[in-house]
Amino acid sequence: MAGRRIPGVTASSATDLPVLLAVDSRRLAGNDPVGFCRWLAALPVWFWPLAAALCVLWPALAQAQSGYTYTEATRALFKWLPFLVTSGFLFNVVISVMTMLIGTLAGVLLGLAQISVHTPVRIVAKSLTQAFRNSPWLVLLFIVLLAFPFEVEIGAIRIVIPDWMKAVFGLALPIMANISEVVRGAVQSVPSGQWEAAESLAYTRTQTLWQIILPQCFKRMIPPWMNWYAILTMATPLCSLLGVEELITLSRQAIEAEDNHPELLVPFYTFALLIFFAYCYPIARLTIALERRFTVKL
Amino acid sequence: MNTTQWTPDQPIVSMRDVHKSFGNLEVLKGISLDVRKGEVICIIGPSGSGKSTLIRCINALNDIQGGSIKVEGQEVHDKNLDKLELRQKVGMVFQQYNLFPHKTALENVMMAPVKVLKEPKDEVQERALKLLKKVRLDGKEHSYPGELSGGQQQRVAIARSLAMRPDIMLFDEVTAALDPETVKEVLITIKELAQEGMTCILVTHEMGFAREIADHIYFTDRGVIVEHGPPSTFFKNATDPRTQEFLSQIL
Repeated sequence: MAGRRIPGVTASSATDLPVLLAVDSRRLAGNDPVGFCRWLAALPVWFWPLAAALCVLWPALAQAQSGYTYTEATRALFKWLPFLVTSGFLFNVVISVMTMLIGTLAGVLLGLAQISVHTPVRIVAKSLTQAFRNSPWLVLLFIVLLAFPFEVEIGAIRIVIPDWMKAVFGLALPIMANISEVVRGAVQSVPSGQWEAAESLAYTRTQTLWQIILPQCFKRMIPPWMNWYAILTMATPLCSLLGVEELITLSRQAIEAEDNHPELLVPFYTFALLIFFAYCYPIARLTIALERRFTVKL
Repeated sequence: MNTTQWTPDQPIVSMRDVHKSFGNLEVLKGISLDVRKGEVICIIGPSGSGKSTLIRCINALNDIQGGSIKVEGQEVHDKNLDKLELRQKVGMVFQQYNLFPHKTALENVMMAPVKVLKEPKDEVQERALKLLKKVRLDGKEHSYPGELSGGQQQRVAIARSLAMRPDIMLFDEVTAALDPETVKEVLITIKELAQEGMTCILVTHEMGFAREIADHIYFTDRGVIVEHGPPSTFFKNATDPRTQEFLSQIL
């Protein structure tokens, strides 16, 4: 038995009889609502020192042919580090939080429209959801960048829309569509008996939805919602293509300021990678912990 | 609406030639029955015979394709029907209890009168506490459904329905999902309700209970009422072979 692994079958140490576990079909179908966080949270804690060690050692191994040394490159990174974090990464966090706010608000509305009793509303909401869920994020970003005016006039007031704001809107579109699916899925996961019980107590559909169904879904929506936040945060460097001054843009500028030595690439970008992972890792651990807790309670 | 024409000496529920289909599957093929105020009706029959569908049509949880159902003289399947009024009159208890899991027992009972009927909260609370006491659940007011046994949950569900002060109660196989030892406590509650004069329509598999409590028993099979009568004659002198076969299997 040892060494032979069949998906869904495990053998404990006490017995060599295989035990057939319940299969989570959503996970098998590659449709895990918290898939990203499950992967990230599964990284062991020692991954972090290992990654840091690699980050330090690799440039040392791939030592420069030119006079520019690894020590100098690392020193350059540390010189730029406070700037990269406070002006760069924090901006990524701001973008991700604002995008999530807008995306969640719009997504909840769109998700509720998906379960509307009015067929036209439902069809429109479903098409919007599917369209934005299945489009490449970068394409959406460019469309918003190019389609939106850089300033709007309301009466006599002129409001300039900065690029980062457009980026927020662009990223909010796929988030909206995915949150919409989260809401629809959560509402439909409530047993139909709840609808019937409320209906037989003279609740209207709207009352049932807001007083009976949604309060029950709320908990179930939190883990997938956090999963999307982690994915979104990882996607914020896309904004650098729009010239938004976030971490990746600033790293590139810092490397240029340090005379573009190729040895700078690995420390700078590995640092960017690590800081994103380090930010999302606790989120992922929390997501999986919450998911486990809510599933057991169900 | 012509509810004023109804007087208590007329049937409180009156079904005439009711037809109901799910797609191509015809579940009810012309059901007619009358229930008088204060009567207790039991509907029995093999599974899939349309019993549950039948009582779910009475409070318009299911729509019908033909015939007429009148509750207190008011046509249930009228497009202009005030569903709030109908559902306040007709309470329903389900096999799976369907309590709201995020609310305590007391909140479950209080919610609909407060939120739907907009009655004052303290008045409703007083009534709800009395009802919970009546179904012998005093002390469990602040328990969540997940902390209660099946029988206790089902009694909360009965109290929840009664809180709307209905004239008619529908019971859809309410003991079918319960452990044998908790069935009794639920049946006692229903019996007390019936003795107080509540009009009850039950779908049940508890033959002994049906015999004891019912004023009239209807036997349905494949979407029609095969036979009906008061329990004294129904159980002894069933004439239709389908009824005889069913009773011989179950008794």
